[in-house]
Amino acid sequence: MFYLIQLLNAVQYGLLLFLLASGLTLIFGIMGVINLAHGSFYMVGAYLAYWLAKLTGSLWLAIPIGIVIAFAIGLLLETAIFSRLYKRDHLYQVLLTFGLILIFEELRSILFGDEVHGVAIPALLDYSIPLTDTLSYPVYRLFVTAVCLGVAGLLYFVIHKTRIGMMIRAGTSNREMAASLGVNIPLLFALVFAVGMALAAFAGTIAAPISSVFPGMGNQILIICFVVVVIGGIGSINGAMIASLAIGCADTIGKVIAAEYSAIAVYLVMALILLWRPQGIANKA
Amino acid sequence: MGDWMELNHNVNRRKFLTSAGVLTAGALLPKALALAQTQKVRVGLMLPYTGTYAQLGVAITNGFKLAVAERGNKLGGRELEYFTVDDEADPAKAPENTNKLVQRDKVDVLVGTVHSGVQMGMVKIAKENNTLMIIPNAGLDAATGALCSPNIFRTSFSNWQPSYPMGKVLADRGIRNVISLAWKYGAGEEAVAGFTEGFIKAGGKSVRGLWIPFPNVEFQALLTEIASIKPDAVFVFFAGGGAAKFIKDYAAAGLRKTIPLFGSGFLTDGVLDATEEAAQGLETTLHYADGLNTKRDRDFRSAYYKAYTFAPDVYAVQGYDAGLLLATGLDAVKGDISKRKEMIAAMEKAKIDSPRGAWTMSKAHNPIQDIYLRKVVGRENKLVSVAHKALADPARGCKL
Repeated sequence: MFYLIQLLNAVQYGLLLFLLASGLTLIFGIMGVINLAHGSFYMVGAYLAYWLAKLTGSLWLAIPIGIVIAFAIGLLLETAIFSRLYKRDHLYQVLLTFGLILIFEELRSILFGDEVHGVAIPALLDYSIPLTDTLSYPVYRLFVTAVCLGVAGLLYFVIHKTRIGMMIRAGTSNREMAASLGVNIPLLFALVFAVGMALAAFAGTIAAPISSVFPGMGNQILIICFVVVVIGGIGSINGAMIASLAIGCADTIGKVIAAEYSAIAVYLVMALILLWRPQGIANKA
Repeated sequence: MGDWMELNHNVNRRKFLTSAGVLTAGALLPKALALAQTQKVRVGLMLPYTGTYAQLGVAITNGFKLAVAERGNKLGGRELEYFTVDDEADPAKAPENTNKLVQRDKVDVLVGTVHSGVQMGMVKIAKENNTLMIIPNAGLDAATGALCSPNIFRTSFSNWQPSYPMGKVLADRGIRNVISLAWKYGAGEEAVAGFTEGFIKAGGKSVRGLWIPFPNVEFQALLTEIASIKPDAVFVFFAGGGAAKFIKDYAAAGLRKTIPLFGSGFLTDGVLDATEEAAQGLETTLHYADGLNTKRDRDFRSAYYKAYTFAPDVYAVQGYDAGLLLATGLDAVKGDISKRKEMIAAMEKAKIDSPRGAWTMSKAHNPIQDIYLRKVVGRENKLVSVAHKALADPARGCKL
């Protein structure tokens, strides 16, 4: 029974990672931008959830409004700053996005202070299902898992079955060729960037009731997201899905066997997968 | 003729020079004397003012300055001049930041800091330069243990200290088998070691340690572990955002109903706005509590509120006590900081009339203080009882 619950833990953690990493892998793979500020958008989402839930009195309202705001900020950042750096070296992007991390942290400190804040779980989902005589499972976590699955399905559909998805795939494999065939690359980039940011912020808003809202929360999750992107294969949503689940399992199994070394388990899996497929799980050599 | 002229000129010049010398010396001498008496005491504040611990740094500074303000802004008859460095709670920058105050600003006293890793760097430099240092928070056992030194004082706690009494509290309730869960880093390990020592000594049977890398907050797998092992109780060390998340996760997993949760006081300090219902009834041990209901504490709280328009916390108390300790030292030597030996002797003998309750210095320069058992009621850590009266850190490895 406990093994089944641990499997559930692994899947649930993995899917949340996927929600975060999918935006990162899109931006990295399609636009070639290393976006260190991705974690900051997770934080932005969480703080938006906290602020909007207090303002409107409902997380259900806070989530869509938060996504729209994050999308708008993403669009603004892309057109104002990022679009000027596409032709530059990765080092410039690293510098820029690292600077953004500092700016977002400082803004957070000015606007919300440095305290830990909580976001209430909506009353509808605020209960737990008893699994054994000692352990219950919070329904909200199951809800988050279901939402992550839904988003994954939607992303898969958009990328593989729609015209815009086709353009995105074309942009990923060969930017110049896609542009010469009439794909509006600047528009596509702006869109992908904003969607990526909105996905990260969405992960933040939806995770806020579970994780609480606190300074530096985005930086903690950033590294593990990059691990997912690299293992999965840069730019691949399918790869990110497989990698997220693999990392979720590695982390959970690591914690069960020797919790203090669980950080190693994740990187061990990463090293093994990269030895086997240096280009990532989903990408062709 | 020419010679005479020359001579006369020389005499005149000599006369002029000496008289000028006398004049200037006369003008400067009293000034120099006065300078030694009125020169301000140089106090270096090295604390985190940005990042996760910013709030703690601000609370400590507020507390310290309140103690000084209550003495008419003069300690031992001398005013203070502050030199402030934001240490960003970054251990990598600790030596550089400490040296800014010690080498560049030549401070007389160093006050700091919050983060144990940064403190380690500060302790080393303070020892090398023999700089007088007061630690207003960081709990690393070594600072008043293996690395203790005549010039290093602490007004907060050692990591061992608030956890040790919790061991007896649990054992006295008939709890025998405990799982401990903490971040795998200095403060977490020392807190668990203190708890385990107290628990086994008081009749507890076993403590099984579970660890999680710092600052990981994915607890679900470990909660499942705990549910399958079914211990009599769980003891944890977490603080800040991680603490808030853990409290909520533990409650949501339904474990509060079957396996009681305990912790050192940092678990429930500063997170009660975030945890709301999930933290109600949690019991922790710390050297400060809400509702101590002494005149001293009430006066302090209203004075702090008047000065800063928000309520003080345990960190403000520690900063305040750092101010009181420095005042005791400077009063004893009438502000003459060059009488280092007398000053240190006075600080060692100090009885600090703290809002947390009066305390004295241990041989290793760490507070001998009461540790309170507290219970979360609403948004307060209400006093339940004194878990351990006048507890001194064992100061293992200190040769003072």
